[in-house]
Amino acid sequence: MADMTIPERIPINLVVNGERRALEVVPWTTLLDALRDRLELTGTKKGCDHGQCGACTVLIDGRRVNSCLTLAVMKDGAEITTIEGLAGDGALHPLQQAFIDHDAFQCGYCTPGQICSAAGLVAEGRARDADEIRELMSGNLCRCGAYPNIVAAIEQAMSRS
Amino acid sequence: MNAYVGTPTSRIDGRAKVTGAAKYAGEFAADGLLHGFVVEATIARGRIARLDTSEALKVKGVIDVLTHEHRPPLADKDEAWKDEVAPEKGSPFRPLYDDRIKFNGQPIALVVAEDWETARFAATRVRVEYEQEAFATDLESERGKAAEVDQPHKPRGDAAAALTHAAIRHEADYVLPSEHHNPMELYATTAVWDGNGGLTVYDKTQGVQNVQKFLCSVFGKKPDEIRVISPYVGGAFGSGLRPQHQVVLATLAALALKRSVRVVLTRQQMYGLGFRPLTIERVALGAKPDGTLDAVTHEAIAVTSRFEDFSRNDTGWAEQLYKSPNSRYSHKLVRLDVSTPSDMRAPGAATGVCALECAMDELAVALKLDPVELRLRCYSDRDQSEGLPYTSKQLRECYARGAEAFGWSRRSPAPRSMRDGKELVGWGMATGVWEALQMPVAARIVLTANGHAEVSCAASDIGTGTYTIVAQVAADALGLPIENISVRLADSSLPQAPVEGGSWMAASSAHAVLGAAEEIRRELARYAKAMPASPLAGVDVPDIILLDGAVAKAADRSRSVSIADAMRHGQVERIEKEKLNEFPEDKSHARNTHSAVFAEVKVDEELGVIRVTRVVSAVAAGRILNTKTGRSQIMGSVVWGIGMALHEETVTDHRFGRIMNANIAEYHIPVNADVRDIDVIFVDEPDDRINQLGIKGLGEIGIVGVPAAIANAVYHATGKRIRRFPITLDKLLE
Amino acid sequence: MNNFQYSRASDVADAIRLLAADPGAKLIAGGTNLIDLMKENVERPSRLIDISRLPLREVEETPDGGLRIGALVPNSDLAYHPLIEQRYPLLASAILAGASAQLRNMASVGGNLMQRTRCSYFYDTTTPCNKRSPGTGCSAMDGLNRNHAILGTSNSCIATNPSDMSVALAALGALVHIAGPSGLRTIALTDFHRLPEDKPHLDTNLGSGEIITAIELPPHGFARNYSYLKIRDRLSYAFALVSVAAALELEGNAIGEARLALGGVAHKPWRSLGAEAALRGQAATPDHFGRAADLLLQGATARSHNGFKIELARRAVVRTLMQATSATPQSQAHKKIA
Repeated sequence: MADMTIPERIPINLVVNGERRALEVVPWTTLLDALRDRLELTGTKKGCDHGQCGACTVLIDGRRVNSCLTLAVMKDGAEITTIEGLAGDGALHPLQQAFIDHDAFQCGYCTPGQICSAAGLVAEGRARDADEIRELMSGNLCRCGAYPNIVAAIEQAMSRS
Repeated sequence: MNAYVGTPTSRIDGRAKVTGAAKYAGEFAADGLLHGFVVEATIARGRIARLDTSEALKVKGVIDVLTHEHRPPLADKDEAWKDEVAPEKGSPFRPLYDDRIKFNGQPIALVVAEDWETARFAATRVRVEYEQEAFATDLESERGKAAEVDQPHKPRGDAAAALTHAAIRHEADYVLPSEHHNPMELYATTAVWDGNGGLTVYDKTQGVQNVQKFLCSVFGKKPDEIRVISPYVGGAFGSGLRPQHQVVLATLAALALKRSVRVVLTRQQMYGLGFRPLTIERVALGAKPDGTLDAVTHEAIAVTSRFEDFSRNDTGWAEQLYKSPNSRYSHKLVRLDVSTPSDMRAPGAATGVCALECAMDELAVALKLDPVELRLRCYSDRDQSEGLPYTSKQLRECYARGAEAFGWSRRSPAPRSMRDGKELVGWGMATGVWEALQMPVAARIVLTANGHAEVSCAASDIGTGTYTIVAQVAADALGLPIENISVRLADSSLPQAPVEGGSWMAASSAHAVLGAAEEIRRELARYAKAMPASPLAGVDVPDIILLDGAVAKAADRSRSVSIADAMRHGQVERIEKEKLNEFPEDKSHARNTHSAVFAEVKVDEELGVIRVTRVVSAVAAGRILNTKTGRSQIMGSVVWGIGMALHEETVTDHRFGRIMNANIAEYHIPVNADVRDIDVIFVDEPDDRINQLGIKGLGEIGIVGVPAAIANAVYHATGKRIRRFPITLDKLLE
Repeated sequence: MNNFQYSRASDVADAIRLLAADPGAKLIAGGTNLIDLMKENVERPSRLIDISRLPLREVEETPDGGLRIGALVPNSDLAYHPLIEQRYPLLASAILAGASAQLRNMASVGGNLMQRTRCSYFYDTTTPCNKRSPGTGCSAMDGLNRNHAILGTSNSCIATNPSDMSVALAALGALVHIAGPSGLRTIALTDFHRLPEDKPHLDTNLGSGEIITAIELPPHGFARNYSYLKIRDRLSYAFALVSVAAALELEGNAIGEARLALGGVAHKPWRSLGAEAALRGQAATPDHFGRAADLLLQGATARSHNGFKIELARRAVVRTLMQATSATPQSQAHKKIA
């Protein structure tokens, strides 16, 4: 293919963690790359860039999704919640506190995705026991193997909410 | 004085990690930052005949494309490319050095552009023509070319003869596949150009000083021109011990362009880094009818690259575990057209002990002995290779405590004799063993009069909890609350540390901190004693402790002065002490950690689906610095063991010499649903010989034994002995 | 990833016009498979036509008592929709067996039908693959084919369709509503996906310039006696080695109607009317189920690494039918296989 031109940037608006952010993106820019490289919100992690690990999980309009497979241009106008905006004003979200209490991470790299995913799981209201938490959190890989602690942390947060 | 050491203290870096504030190597910003994207070779061996970057260079936003034909100078001697953990023998890989292709996935060009997506796009426009050469990537077809490497264990007695005459003999090959570390963080480097020829390099590594020395030697830089920082590392498990491709490439580009450059490898490109090498383990055991051993032989044949001899101690672990008058061990390598293998969690032991422990289970079956009983009959109180006793070895207690917690006594010995509805239930066990190493590490403590201390050291925390244990040790030694301790790690400008690996960092860093704190104690004691009307007048310095922010007499804590007062009278605002750890030279004892692992599997009888429903891991590893993070480390290792037993395998199509599951959808690591109950027991193991705190390290011991315990449980459930890992359901259906 | 243009379709007709105007264009909705493949340079569309905002998100009852599901209903919304949970629990279960919660939140029903094979050679642009580059050959045929098809293969391709949802839709007799330049048409789900034959680059019978607008479920949902069983290499978040959708209508222990479809074994969800007919009027016993399995698997052939799938599929069919018979469908969260 001879065509080397970079497609035009398209202006979009995102409401990220409650704040309206205007930016111009080439259509190939994923929401993940827009968050990390353009908005400097590096709390959302890139672990595979193919929807295989869940480290990039954010909430779009309250639903958990893989931001690596989401084109930013398609989310014009959407409300995005990342790990940086999960709790307000320096406080910890109950899930964040529970993850610390239960040592539900080691290296910490999958953690923002785990916590955002868990926030989505709690909102969905479909997990009623540990097996259902395990199944519905299986889209978030943790290579440090903190799974039992992650389940315990989510159970703690669910029981207190 | 142990308010923190030995307690379940939460990670001090926890808040940073759960809020997204913790920054990893690819997340540091810089003015005018450029982004590099790697182009990889698509053949396994040959040379680049033509590399055409002209189209890529036409893409708007592309700054340059670096290749072996177009790059700044790189060192031309192997010695310059040998980092502190490089194999002794061989010629380390040099990215973009010349036209030679040594393995599929080798980086051959770096496209540098103003943003990452543009670089990725332009990378598809780099045209490469190769002259291909015959290659080999298949260990099993090249097995005959295996060459023996030096290995530490001398033969004892005449194992061959003893095996021939043994009453009961078991011999088999166990095949452990290649595996990739797959830490969750992608390999990344942000090289920040300072405008004057110097660089600050944020790198994903287990050893900032190793990388710093390596970069200086490869690029001919002075030590003060390159600083390497790695405050958070998103997992590594051995993959970050050696400097990786992306740090060379990012540094190369930054020096070439005099700009800041970030290079992040894709998940697929990370399969061109190191890996746990495929190993064929041949174990032979000869026993008397009473279950004592006459002979052990263990031969490993493992993959290495054509250009470096990577080998680890797969064989010889029976020397630590099982008494036998005769033994022979050998390790062979087959050189193939692949990247050089690397250390991966418990290198050598994870594979070698897996084979040994499966073989022991098979021997127990042949002897009609309970597997735990067999191990007790063979129990060795000495490391037989040197005939040394252990500084401590509570392995018997591990067997006892683990078996009790698991309910092992309720095991029905015959295979297929336990079931739960349509599932066959299997209970298996295995032993784990690893080394308790300690390395030279220095720490610096700066104590200020307000009762805060900053502890710093170049060591990394790769998720292992180094930040936290360093703070715990410092808090206890200085008598301060842990909130008053701040810890700086993983900056090459900080006091010396080797790579974080081999389970040596906990003991090594803790004792460096202890040493520095001791000097601070002595200085504070001097100041306190010299105060007018000092309550410590006449008290000997060794009898003075630091406690609750005060300098106090150990035997009468009411006789104390506050740290602030002592420093004011000493007329100092801060006390700074740096100390290299010291360990007694003691070659008279062997130093090891041990474990007993018990696993329950449930196997669907018709469909072969395996579930690991319970694992109990009883670990003897000296004193546990932090029972919370320590438990997590063992738990995580058990998850690794589950993956090793059932899931993980890097699959190569040998027709192309190419890895075909270079991702984390088809390279299966355990997901949350694969993991159920994991019970970690720390067996009390006082050890006042190994080091002052009695610490041994936990990074590797947790995985060793787990795959064998699961494989043995699968046998117990099904009566099928699968010796080729991972144990996937198709192997049970065969 | 290649340099593509982006357009947002204002309605279905606009999407069809945009498709007609640019032969290299592709529709994008959830993007979970397309973006993945674009990052691998397997898919290189000249233009993405964003249909994610089109009004195709309704789940409506049809006059005959069935359901019409808009093509853009997210997989998770469909699985948890009260009408699906109550009347078509087989479909709900199959959807929940696939992917992850996040991907199910993103992926659309229409996109699920369009997802492409997970064959590793298809994904690796350096290896020959007739599906990706027609005429280059099939690397899987004599290569690593443990995950590959045992039914309906051709000399040019042995790839499998990775969808779980489609397997349940095939069993339930769903219809696919399609709009295109020449108007609307409706085809059976079982005719939507095709076998590779000598054109493995074509996964489906969707014409160029056409768009899926809805899936229609017939009235009969088999809500009592059904099960979806997925066998894979780990217990979640992996593609099927073999999956079975089974649904029965029972009168006492006698089978009225039977539905049976396999996933992970062919280029399309595998259903055999003959196998189902053989069950009609029979007692619901393992023997009869075994015979049906044999009929369903008639003609199965293995390559070097996937022979186990034949016996696995046979056993899984029997087991799933037993689960359906006893009204104890497989839970996707509780991993013990009932």
